[in-house]
Amino acid sequence: MSEVRRSRSAAEGDAYRDPSAMDAASDVTRAALAAGRNPRRWGAWYVAEHRFRVMRSYTGTVVVAGIGSPLLYLYALGVGLATIVDGSVGAEPVGGVSYLVFVAPALLASAAVTVAGEEFTYPIMLGYKWNPTFSGMHAAPIRPQQVADGVILSVAVRMLVNAVLFFALMLVFGAVPAATGFLAIASAVLTGLAFGAVLMAYTSTLEEDTGQLAMVMRFVVLPMTLFSGTFFPLTVFPIWLQPIGWISPLWHGTELARVFTYGYPEPIWLTVVHVAYLVAMFAVGWVWARRIAVRRLRK
Amino acid sequence: MSQPVIVARDLVKRYGEFAAVDGISFEVAPGESFGLLGPNGAGKSTTMRMVGAVSTRTAGDLTILGLDPDRFGPEIRSQLGVVPQADNLDTELRVRENLLVYGRYFGLPRKLVAERADELLAFAQLEDKGKAKVDSLSGGMKRRLTIARALVNDPRVLLLDEPTTGLDPQARHILWDRLFRLKEQGTTLLLTTHYMDEAEQLCDRLVVVDKGTIMAEGTPAALIRRYSSREVLEMRFGSDRNADVAGRLAGIGDRLEVLPDRILVYSENGEAELERITGAGLHPITSLVRRSSLEDVFLRLTGRSLIE
Repeated sequence: MSEVRRSRSAAEGDAYRDPSAMDAASDVTRAALAAGRNPRRWGAWYVAEHRFRVMRSYTGTVVVAGIGSPLLYLYALGVGLATIVDGSVGAEPVGGVSYLVFVAPALLASAAVTVAGEEFTYPIMLGYKWNPTFSGMHAAPIRPQQVADGVILSVAVRMLVNAVLFFALMLVFGAVPAATGFLAIASAVLTGLAFGAVLMAYTSTLEEDTGQLAMVMRFVVLPMTLFSGTFFPLTVFPIWLQPIGWISPLWHGTELARVFTYGYPEPIWLTVVHVAYLVAMFAVGWVWARRIAVRRLRK
Repeated sequence: MSQPVIVARDLVKRYGEFAAVDGISFEVAPGESFGLLGPNGAGKSTTMRMVGAVSTRTAGDLTILGLDPDRFGPEIRSQLGVVPQADNLDTELRVRENLLVYGRYFGLPRKLVAERADELLAFAQLEDKGKAKVDSLSGGMKRRLTIARALVNDPRVLLLDEPTTGLDPQARHILWDRLFRLKEQGTTLLLTTHYMDEAEQLCDRLVVVDKGTIMAEGTPAALIRRYSSREVLEMRFGSDRNADVAGRLAGIGDRLEVLPDRILVYSENGEAELERITGAGLHPITSLVRRSSLEDVFLRLTGRSLIE
């Protein structure tokens, strides 16, 4: 604000020297300063609006994935696989609850990570390079940081919609015994964003895709799902393997979701660590993604 | 004369050791149509990006609408319309949607943007393409849509980077016609081109840019008068004979340019020169007398042709 005021007085200072010539100019300058106000304040939201419109063009995918995949997974794992798990090993290894109750919050968190994997990879390559709409936004009054913010905001909304649908189906399946269960929606979105922001920053650094993104899917996202206590508790691993889980945002998100949906017993400090870890990871990714946006768009 | 909308003084942009723009100065008055003419790699696009407030300068002064782009990027860009060299329309959206999302970037209310979108589709002669996919448009239509998009905020200055490169002649003429209309309405145009006919058609005034510096400045007609003759006689003797024949043309015309494929004779009267040459027993395979163009100005200034 103070910057704006200073420049205006500078323009008026010039006008003072040569009033007849400068009248029009300071009008023009003033108009520019006024017109810059909305984009400075709401720019990220305008970017999100754009992304929503793009997402609308694949609404079908979003809805089918949003309803279909929880249905599929909850049924296959929580009902199908559960008959074997519950029957043969009992409730003891998974903390005294049915396998459905154990696995459902993990699936919820991992669904958010899947959305992150979709939205923070190819669409980012597209925006910077293949169909450089991000440059177009920046040529308009949008700042590079707002481009990053807007993309993250739009994906957060998509994750929220997905998580709400997923959670509703969990209720239908009877997978949420605790009253605090709805908080798992928030923890899932946080998990998706923590992983997603870092993924977005990484994708933003790529000048071209020579298979890196496929590698990320295969060697980061998939192993992360397997080693994050999703299908079985992390504690079945020897202690020296467990750090793989500790660095995984999905493990923190999964444990957090379990605390909310069925009161999974863990010390309170650990719950705080889960939240802090996810928030920190999101913050790092977010700041990094904004920096790269500036570097790439303001050449 | 009102204050210039763009003032560039000793503008420099360096990438490492390489100076893409190396001390360029110019001013553009409101309502003026100003061109940067030069070959690929001359620093035109880099200059455009700095004026467009999306690239920071390494040195020099630059004000657009009285504001410094380093500090007032969003404010300046709110008053600009930008047609980049490569179309960056969102191919995941429909034609009209591209205008709708873009208008919002300027903080304009949805209703106003929707009205503008319809007006601009009409202006771009794309009324019946509103629901079409962007990729189904021809190159010329995409370009017109990009121009329509650049106008969605009713800009004071329109920046056009190579507006008709890659278009067929008919599409170019349609586009020029649209740009003429904008010019008539008083929109300030800043355009880069490496087509001399485009510069002659659209620019009130231009600078000839090469290797990041300005070689000459003026109206197209003044530049032609100053750096070229009224007419040019172009002759081809066959690529192996051009250089040889050139040696025997001493004293013909005001000036000769020997290019690999042809010889250019600069003169007030091309036909008369051709008669003298055939009279001397030299018979070109083809010959053509034409008026001088900016191409000749560029050749004179740099010793190279514009499109290489």
